[in-house]
Amino acid sequence: MEPILNVKNLTMNFGGLKALDDITLAVEKGQIAALIGPNGAGKTTFFNCITGIYEPTEGNVKITPPGKPTQKLQGLKTNLVTEKGLARTFQNIRLFEGMTVLENVMIGRHCRLKSGIIGAMLKPSSQKKEEKQAVVDSYEILEKIGLAQYVNEMAVNLPYGAQRRLEIARALATEPFLLLLDEPAAGMNPQETKELDDLIIWLRDNEDLSILLIEHDMKLVMSLSDNIHVVDYGRKIAEGTPEEIKSNPDVIKAYLGDESEDA
Amino acid sequence: MRLFNIILGVAVVGPLGFFGIKEIIADPVYFLELFLGGLTRGSIYALIALGYTMVYGIIQLINFAHGEIYMIGAMTALIVASVLGLWGWNSAVIVILAIVFAIVYSCAYGFTVEKIAYKPLRTAPRLSALISAIGMSLFLQNYVMLAQTPEFMPFESLIPDFQFWEPFAHIITAVEMTIIVTTVITMILLGMLIKFTKIGKAMRATAQDKIMASLVGINVNRVISTTFVVGSATAAIGGVLIACHVGQVNFFIGFLAGLKAFIAAVLGGIGSIPGAVLGSLVLGISESMFTGYFWSEYEDVFAFTILVIILIFRPSGILGKDEISKV
Amino acid sequence: MVTKKEIKLSFVIALWFMVLTFPIMVIKVNTIKHIVIFRWENLLWTGIVCFFASLIWNYLLRIKEEKKKSDTKDDIPIVHRLLQNEKFRIPFLAAICLFAIAYPFVFSMYHTSILISALIYVMLGLGLNIVVGLAGLLDLGYVAFYAVGAYAYALLNLHFGISFWVVLPISALLGTIFGTLLGYPVLRLRGDYLAIVTLGFGEIIRIILENWDELGNGPRGIGNIPAPSFFGHQFNQHNSVIYIYFVVIALVLLTIFFVNRLENSRIGRAWIALRDDEIACEAMGIDKFKTKLTAFALGATWAALGGVVFAAKTSFINPMSFTIWESITILCVVVIGGMGSAIGVIAGALVLILLPEYLRAVAEYRMLVFGALQVIVMVFKPEGLIRSIRKTYKFEKTKE
Repeated sequence: MEPILNVKNLTMNFGGLKALDDITLAVEKGQIAALIGPNGAGKTTFFNCITGIYEPTEGNVKITPPGKPTQKLQGLKTNLVTEKGLARTFQNIRLFEGMTVLENVMIGRHCRLKSGIIGAMLKPSSQKKEEKQAVVDSYEILEKIGLAQYVNEMAVNLPYGAQRRLEIARALATEPFLLLLDEPAAGMNPQETKELDDLIIWLRDNEDLSILLIEHDMKLVMSLSDNIHVVDYGRKIAEGTPEEIKSNPDVIKAYLGDESEDA
Repeated sequence: MRLFNIILGVAVVGPLGFFGIKEIIADPVYFLELFLGGLTRGSIYALIALGYTMVYGIIQLINFAHGEIYMIGAMTALIVASVLGLWGWNSAVIVILAIVFAIVYSCAYGFTVEKIAYKPLRTAPRLSALISAIGMSLFLQNYVMLAQTPEFMPFESLIPDFQFWEPFAHIITAVEMTIIVTTVITMILLGMLIKFTKIGKAMRATAQDKIMASLVGINVNRVISTTFVVGSATAAIGGVLIACHVGQVNFFIGFLAGLKAFIAAVLGGIGSIPGAVLGSLVLGISESMFTGYFWSEYEDVFAFTILVIILIFRPSGILGKDEISKV
Repeated sequence: MVTKKEIKLSFVIALWFMVLTFPIMVIKVNTIKHIVIFRWENLLWTGIVCFFASLIWNYLLRIKEEKKKSDTKDDIPIVHRLLQNEKFRIPFLAAICLFAIAYPFVFSMYHTSILISALIYVMLGLGLNIVVGLAGLLDLGYVAFYAVGAYAYALLNLHFGISFWVVLPISALLGTIFGTLLGYPVLRLRGDYLAIVTLGFGEIIRIILENWDELGNGPRGIGNIPAPSFFGHQFNQHNSVIYIYFVVIALVLLTIFFVNRLENSRIGRAWIALRDDEIACEAMGIDKFKTKLTAFALGATWAALGGVVFAAKTSFINPMSFTIWESITILCVVVIGGMGSAIGVIAGALVLILLPEYLRAVAEYRMLVFGALQVIVMVFKPEGLIRSIRKTYKFEKTKE
């Protein structure tokens, strides 16, 4: 079977700087894959290249959504990538501050709804029904993620951990088949991290999702991942199961300088 | 897209070039007059555009009130010169004092405007800072209008008609020559300031990365203040020069001059200092040609059209770099 | 509350401003008659005003800092609380309705006419609020679309005798078309460029109107524009003002109705999301460009509608009615009233337009105050006079 995300020879140049250098990476269906590497290794740039925020200099990105044919992804605008079924969260939380928690999730529903400007002004019954359904669907997602108690709060007023979870809820609302999480545990306390761990596994098992995550919390990465990809200075240096990665000499070397800072 | 741009370029420039050569051959003196007039105009734009481009380079904000700083420079020069003139001072002293006062006051205004309208909004959304800037511009215009007069005030030229320049005066007047020379000197001084001094280096560092600059011990607030002050100083020079050239000043001159200078800054590539100068000269000369050969009443329309075309086809301007949004 | 240090600081600041404003506030030159007047009293006033202004400014800054640190939630504005409370809502709205209906019969034509102007600003403000307040696009050339509406009515009526009611939808369509045509190239640009380009566009339209004599008589303008008719019946002057008043009220109500619906629709939410974070918005699958374009074009539509009413009300238009000041005034209405907040914009329009009309003594300071208010609002209260509140939903738990 084709991997659902298949990235070949991805290179990204900023001026003279090679942020990504010839990265090849695949995510299988139902997998939780992790992308790790020291700070500045190019992990977020990799996400930005896949999701169309940056246009990669070279290489190609293909997806095979479940039950659909393989298709090219590079060159598509960000919103179209999301429409195809890739949803992402952001390392530095980017919620819509002027909106409530529920509305943040409803924004995620946007690309699956149809009503246009005339519909919004005249509100025919089809439009009313769609709107009602969107509210119900969004609330259900909040319940799943465990944010139902905040439903009418403004997004900015949420505690930090809840804001990170809301990012995931918002991404889920776009009905993705592949979820890209950019440091979902950053800044969380051990309790919150544990809950996140459970949530990610629950999402894979119950929502039929595949997940690719960037994370610095090695305990979380090792316990969650089926497959780990390691990048350093924009190059991929290793790939394998958590056990293989732990004992890989290249990885240890890349992380050695980092060890003292992170501990 | 690139091919399309080239075809478009050839289609526009080709006939224009043909027309231009024909006209130049028909009346070369007229062309030279227009060219030098444009150069003068461009010099003034350059003096104002520098302020826009430097401020934009450092805090990514269009300082809408910058045109008003220029207007205040011209106003101050006018007031100082008139008072001293009535007191019967020596004209050479008047010139120097008027220019000094204009520069000092413009700098003070630039400094104050930044502290009031922009500093409290440094972390706010861009839209807030932009609206605050518009408010400041509106306030300063009306402040000058109410405290002085809504009418145009005639301005006695501070620059004498030099005797030695007499033979060339029919092509380019002494005032125009002074404007061009002053601009060149200012540019060189500014270039040296940015290239060689400590504060210049700090400015460049801050423009690249504010957080990093503050980490290596640069006082970012002071750098921003200095940028406003330096930008205001060059605008004030522009203000005095244009007042001498046109011979009248009112509270509204900053609006259009500011806009044109902004267009010039965008044309050259906003954030780039050589770009601002180049853009200003290109805009000044092409405006002069347009009004000289086509319709003079649509001069401003022409400038805005240039702005729109540039923004659509090359938003980074002639010398600017493409911007990468950080995610 | 005020420390000695703050008083000292304010004193220094006051001195600074006294020096700063000296040439412009104190010296007045008449370059024609060659007289210099020194207005020393202005120096004193500047000092006193700046001293207290600085005290208040620093105090407010401190409050703002403290508020940022503590986690206190903002109170819901009183108007919203009144409207949400079932007991008050009906009487509150009924009182407003009654007042609005009785107004032209109780007050003179002069007062009615002023209120019509203010209501036109309510319409324009609500339209611009879509663009600036909801979608976060700074449009400084809004008046251009206003001019399109006004000239559309004047010209169509002059040349083809088309009546007000027919022109209304036509000009709305024209507004949409112009908005789309301008928006198409410029909405791809970053926000601050948009402000300049729209400002330029507004000026271009005005310059063209001034110079193109064949189109609309240039600066002389077009006169004798008829007031709207009532099923073919033309009122006398007095009744016609009353009639226009009710037409405007109806249009304002219609605007409020639509804006309210839009704000809580799929499109409206997309506008707000775009304002808050463009990149996240795109990552949620929203087409940035299309969403911006709808907001921009819709705002233009409302401006054109306002233009038609304006032309019908004044019966004479010329390019001087469509200067950059008009755009700035409408922007002030939106910003000071409260960006994104319909009630705020309505209140803003009524206060900012009616107050200078009735306080003739201070009318000349209008723009000065508007400018200062814009800065003050942005620094201390970016949400404006009455901030917007978002719709809340009630749920029963679907699972335990």
